Amino acid sequence: MSRLKQTFAELKARKRVALVPYITAGDPNPQMTVAMMHQLVASGADVLELGVPFSDPMADGPAIQRATERALAHGVSLRQVLDMVAGFRQQDSHTPVVLMGYANPVERMGYETFAGLASVAGVDGVLLVDIPPEEAPHDIMAVHGLDMIFLLSPTTTGQRMQLIAQRASGFVYYVSLKGVTGSNQMDLNEVEARVPVIRNLCRLPVGVGFGIRDAETAQRIARFADAVVIGSRIIEMIEQSPSDQILTRLDEFVGGIRSALDAGKP
Amino acid sequence: MHLTKFPDEHGRFGPYGGIFVAETLMAALDELRDEYERARQDTQFMAEFHHELRHYVGRPSPVYHARRWSELLGGAQIYLKREDLNHTGAHKINNTIGQALLARRMGKKRVIAETGAGQHGVATATVAARYGMACVVYMGADDVVRQSPNVYRMKLLGANVVPVSSGSRTLKDALNEAMRDWVTHVADTFYILGTAAGPHPYPMMVRDFQSVIGMECLTQMPELAGRQPDAVIACVGGGSNAIGIFHPYLSYEHVRLIGVEAGGDGLNSGRHAAPLSAGRPGVLHGFRSYLMQDENGQIIETHSVSAGLDYPGVGPEHAWLKDTGRAEYVAATDDEAMRAFHDLCRYEGIIPALESSHALAHAVKLAPAMDKDQILLVNLSGRGDKDINTVAQLAGITL
Repeated sequence: MSRLKQTFAELKARKRVALVPYITAGDPNPQMTVAMMHQLVASGADVLELGVPFSDPMADGPAIQRATERALAHGVSLRQVLDMVAGFRQQDSHTPVVLMGYANPVERMGYETFAGLASVAGVDGVLLVDIPPEEAPHDIMAVHGLDMIFLLSPTTTGQRMQLIAQRASGFVYYVSLKGVTGSNQMDLNEVEARVPVIRNLCRLPVGVGFGIRDAETAQRIARFADAVVIGSRIIEMIEQSPSDQILTRLDEFVGGIRSALDAGKP
Repeated sequence: MHLTKFPDEHGRFGPYGGIFVAETLMAALDELRDEYERARQDTQFMAEFHHELRHYVGRPSPVYHARRWSELLGGAQIYLKREDLNHTGAHKINNTIGQALLARRMGKKRVIAETGAGQHGVATATVAARYGMACVVYMGADDVVRQSPNVYRMKLLGANVVPVSSGSRTLKDALNEAMRDWVTHVADTFYILGTAAGPHPYPMMVRDFQSVIGMECLTQMPELAGRQPDAVIACVGGGSNAIGIFHPYLSYEHVRLIGVEAGGDGLNSGRHAAPLSAGRPGVLHGFRSYLMQDENGQIIETHSVSAGLDYPGVGPEHAWLKDTGRAEYVAATDDEAMRAFHDLCRYEGIIPALESSHALAHAVKLAPAMDKDQILLVNLSGRGDKDINTVAQLAGITL
């Protein structure tokens, strides 16, 4: 059983909603990434989403664009991101890690090579924002035990949801707004109405993200979703903190979300 | 193989093209593909497109025999397809008219565009004014400074020009930002993409609208020169003017098709914008094609004296024409383009765009070795008035 599947099964048994924080690998510098991953887990994260920096992050808002630029200024490559995951795995063999990024760095490495290296490094899932299900290398990923995560959006038709359901594993990720990451225009009612539709067509756990900025929103989402993904807000906090305070601030923020999620679930 | 039959139903030209976008845009691209399919079969829509090209753009644009310049080079006869004489001064307007009519047909009240040199931005602002649509143009912050006259032109036409400060602050970043706008306002916004690139159906749609260039040449060349040319030459950035003149000639197997990329300081310098000549296939901006990228798959910054060619990717159909061998792709350096620019000014009384000067530069290489009864047809994709500041600066002159 994949680490993602097992984690979601365990959480369901414990009636706990998965908290999935996102950080960009190599932001603010490559030396800090593994320590930040451990901190996120200690503060209550159940799954980690690690961004692979790409020069042209088309689907990302300003916060993650800046994080990407900081990481690229340190020359962070896909290979180094895999090394970071391997470094994380030396002390944590339990928490699933999902890589989120864009097609080209993986294309350049080659899907087969990437899947092999990622599997060995201890990656569990892969989300390539600009690879739609029609083009997905889900078969190659499956051979290497990697889950292929897909986005679902408010504009995704029922027919496309079925296609995505066939090719996805691990969980599906509902983009809670029309926009880029970190935007501020989520319609909570729309999300609440939409999640049961997704559940009807897809048996996988449903995560919700893009635009969740505070504990209150996270708590509300947690009433009907299986996982809450938070990215841009965390990135903003990282960039506003002196580097010696980043771990403390992550702990405060992620710990706060965790408490809200645990308190909010009936 | 019938090269004219591409793309296939998935928007692919062989291994290139396709759709590589975030899920949020898939529905919008499906809608666009279906509506375009209906529009191209709608005689009324196509009649209005051609009416606008004739009465608003001033088509057909002439083909002109550059006699003095041909004599100077001492070989083949050079003919110029005068897209520089179009309204707004370049071929870009052919496509923006087509897409704006489609936007109107789809009930979209707001259009957005990316621009590098500003020519596509001006052409988009122009049609937005013409059809009464709100218009936002994304432009790299560095290009806003480099191309300030075009920024003011767009503003005069009522467009809102938004400088993009992320990434390399040039065309590719403007394209990223336009995509982000589209994702966010997908219900009421039409994205008028400026070149034969991006996700399907854009490469096909832009090609179709620009093919009027080559279609006219098919009629004009026999009238003026008594036959079709031996070779057609066009500059290639994203590749819209080139595909527009090449496509109608695809089935004319004896006509060589030659695309000229921006060689910048030379292909060996690394400072250029020639993905077909020196790049590798990859995925960017929604499609697969040749890209300028490093060994880690990051897109690298390009360089060209011509802002309109300063793009790290290239339209997928060109990638396919290269691999199949139907078209050849070469590069001209900044210096070679500048020499051809000055030649055309002095010998023909035509100030060409720096983009088009790359195509002219390749004619300079080919013509002398050819017979005097052979014919080169060069697509003069735009006029160079917009470039006089750049040219003056290179000569050490401040205007």
